[in-house]
Amino acid sequence: MKDEQSKYVSRTVPIQSATFTNPINAEIRRAADTGIYDIRGGGAKRRVPHFDDLLFLGASISRYALEGYREKCDTRVTLGTRFAKKPIELDIPVTIAGMSFGALSGPAKEALGRGASAAGTSTTTGDGGMTEEERGHSNKLVYQVLPSRYGMNPDDLRRCDAIEVVVGQGAKPGGGGMLLGQKISDRVASMRNLPQGIDQRSACRHPDWTGPDDLEIKILELREITGWEKPIYVKVGGTRPYYDTTLAIKAGADVVVLDGMQGGTAATQDVFIEHVGLPTLACIRPAVQALQDQGLHREVQLVVSGGIRTGADVAKALALGADAVAIGTAAMVAIGDNDPKWEAEYQKLGTTAGAYDDWHEGQDPAGITTQDPELMARFDPLEGGRRLRNYLKVLTLEAQTIARACGHNHLHNLEPEDLCALTMEAAAMARVPLAGTEWYPGKPGL
Amino acid sequence: MCGIVGLFLKDKALEPKLGALLTDMLITMTDRGPDSAGIAIYRAEDSARSKLTVQADAPDTAFDGLAEKLSAALGAAVSLTRNDTHAVLHVPNGLADTARKSLRSVAPDVRVMSFGDTLEIYKEVGLPKDVAARFDLPSMTGTHGIGHTRMATESAVTTLGAHPFNTGLDQCLVHNGSLSNHNSLRRKLQREGIHIETMNDTEVGAAYITWKMQNGATLGEALEASLDDLDGFFNFVVGTKDGFGVVRDPIACKPAVMAETDQYVAFGSEYRALVNLPGIDDARVWEPEPATVYFWSHDTAPVSKKEVA
Amino acid sequence: MQTIDLETSGLRDLNATLHAQAQETNQTNWEIINPKGSHAVAVGLDAPIEVNVKGSTGYYTGGMNKQATVHVHGSAGPGVAENMMSGSVIIEGDASQYAGATGNGGLLVIKGNASSRCGISMKGIDIVVHGNVGHMSAFMAQSGNMVVCGDAGDALGDSIYEARLFVRGSVKSLGADCIEKEMRPEHIEILRDLLEKGGCDAKPEEFKRYGSARRLYNFDVDNAGDY
Repeated sequence: MKDEQSKYVSRTVPIQSATFTNPINAEIRRAADTGIYDIRGGGAKRRVPHFDDLLFLGASISRYALEGYREKCDTRVTLGTRFAKKPIELDIPVTIAGMSFGALSGPAKEALGRGASAAGTSTTTGDGGMTEEERGHSNKLVYQVLPSRYGMNPDDLRRCDAIEVVVGQGAKPGGGGMLLGQKISDRVASMRNLPQGIDQRSACRHPDWTGPDDLEIKILELREITGWEKPIYVKVGGTRPYYDTTLAIKAGADVVVLDGMQGGTAATQDVFIEHVGLPTLACIRPAVQALQDQGLHREVQLVVSGGIRTGADVAKALALGADAVAIGTAAMVAIGDNDPKWEAEYQKLGTTAGAYDDWHEGQDPAGITTQDPELMARFDPLEGGRRLRNYLKVLTLEAQTIARACGHNHLHNLEPEDLCALTMEAAAMARVPLAGTEWYPGKPGL
Repeated sequence: MCGIVGLFLKDKALEPKLGALLTDMLITMTDRGPDSAGIAIYRAEDSARSKLTVQADAPDTAFDGLAEKLSAALGAAVSLTRNDTHAVLHVPNGLADTARKSLRSVAPDVRVMSFGDTLEIYKEVGLPKDVAARFDLPSMTGTHGIGHTRMATESAVTTLGAHPFNTGLDQCLVHNGSLSNHNSLRRKLQREGIHIETMNDTEVGAAYITWKMQNGATLGEALEASLDDLDGFFNFVVGTKDGFGVVRDPIACKPAVMAETDQYVAFGSEYRALVNLPGIDDARVWEPEPATVYFWSHDTAPVSKKEVA
Repeated sequence: MQTIDLETSGLRDLNATLHAQAQETNQTNWEIINPKGSHAVAVGLDAPIEVNVKGSTGYYTGGMNKQATVHVHGSAGPGVAENMMSGSVIIEGDASQYAGATGNGGLLVIKGNASSRCGISMKGIDIVVHGNVGHMSAFMAQSGNMVVCGDAGDALGDSIYEARLFVRGSVKSLGADCIEKEMRPEHIEILRDLLEKGGCDAKPEEFKRYGSARRLYNFDVDNAGDY
């Protein structure tokens, strides 16, 4: 007995390292096995300060609320009022972000078009060109001009409703990407002028311009080709939003699209997704400041994306100064991505519903991020479109509910003063007071 | 992110038109740089006197009595010629550097744009046409000059953030591009005792050249060294008392066009900056190579080119 | 023939006028005077017309061209014939960087030299350069043909996919995954045809062919140094 007891006392309790955690060690072993960094889809998974850390201050005695189901709360927004002859008029300030055909299947793109059109908003092409599915089913379609220029052609430029020059995206500002070969089907390969089945190494800079002084000339060319009709958006990943917004304006943008680090991607290095860029929450105020400093807030519109999930997120982004938001990951979830009904198949792929992010591998059980005909057949674009429309309606109703509670008859009348912050971090990033105080870190005049 | 123009005259007959030619080139580059504009112009030499170009935000009060105060400090006669927010202080030959240092205590509200024997720098915030008009740049004569229009990227739109930057006696530098290691290089240069006023990346490039030359490098050697030590994208055009030089980074994305005739060598960020130069249709027009230093001088062979990478 | 003076008409009127030309237009010949280095001259054309530009141009001349022939009697700035689909763009002088960038089809002829990144990400265009091309030419070139009668600069064909490169003179260096390849009879035929279309009197037999070693086509850690 005595021996056993002393043996027990002298034993060290096993302690797992907080630095070398099991997931970290597994990743080290994976890297040692394969010799390649982890590539995945989606946006940052780590917790960063977000809209959840903000709350609205509803009306009570000092301010008066609007009746929820009777009194009007407008949601319309017009994008591209600065130079374009034909600005885009949307019923709701929630748009569908750029997602490529290739990353997504044709039917998935069709569903996005159907859902967005039914809800009165726009969709966006992606790295891979415009498909008939999405042009045919999208009332308003934004055509992206990307560094790779896959599928770029002047006919599509002329038949889109707006043009988005993509400088960067929140998941990988400053980076290109690498789409491994498994997913490059005949159709994807031919749209991109590449052999089937090879890796695609995407460029990180545009092939024919560098810097804002050249961008201004690029925008001139795009306007000349399209007769100055279409709004020109410039999309940047959130890194130095004050400067990038300022320079996009100087280069002649009608709309600035600002994508925070929670913004998704079809495929890029995990190290990039998790370690480069600013949280969406931290991007908005500097960008709005830049617009205000140029005297162009609301004249050059700001579209914010990266981790928008709920009507509360929409309302918070608008209150901080955005004119509209864009959703990508949320739209995919709405149409069926990562649905637990496919759990058994997610398990077979070594993952679980909600965590599946190997979109580049083309084995999506939900049939959305794939080019496999059998998997694609599981996805019904009509049903997907209906689900997206419903979700967009809910986002809008939620945002209206909050706006009315704050006494606003238009979502655009939400303002930073309608908000307070739960954490010091969020207070500093959003420049709104810590709940119950008049203070936030960095507030001028303190 | 900007527009650069440069004109080095071989033909003395063009010297009276230098300001007019450069101004036309400068205004053509407005789209590339609407925030501020500047010009460095090398004018006739006075063998007895050197000069400082200074600037003040409130020139009426700052320049009033400035010559007298500086004369007293130097113990030598100083005269002053005003030009809008700028003024040229004429000091006895060899006292330019001393005068520059004295000004910090004599007139702290006055900022030195340039010092040297022939160089004058004029720069201000605003559209290039307005900047040219306020200083009457078209009327200026000289042997060579460099102009710059700025689209500010990360640092403030101020007079001091405008180009050209004075890098040493009769030396100046302008830049198009974006340096990515200027913060750490600024700290290093400041530890070395180099005076840097702004958070502008180009000023660090200019200070780097100054520092190299203070340590014995020729201008050509300093420019070559910049290819190793400066990270990022850059076209530099530098001016010296007797000539001007051009260097591009190894990636060479930012645009640069050069033209040469029997009468001049010209630099432009775009060809359209050069279209009104005399005889341009018959000029030799080319783009400078990456990681290569070019230099033209009145004193040595008219064209020299050195490949360094 | 119609003449448009760019200095008096302005860029918008010029391009709008050219865009208004239909497939069956009788006004097939256009002359543009006083281009003076202007940007976006004759961009987005989509009709079988011939446009002669008398002088040198700025960025993106003939950008995204379809069907039309754009002939620059001077030099062209950056990104000439970028993303061209069909038709042809002919430059009598030199071309600046990014000539023929991402071009999908048609023929780009540069009678002088081309600067850096000629044919970057080309996707099917044919490019014939009478003189030299600068560094990083045919970077990530996907498909199409590039013919260089003079010399090529550093890193020719870096990260190339399936484009064919033909160079008569020296190549300063080859980029990652670009190698010299055997010139087979079918390549001689392609080259002969392009030289003729491009107005070159060089002989196909004087050229060497370069293309992809295809080692970067599927990631292999042993080639990671080439990325």
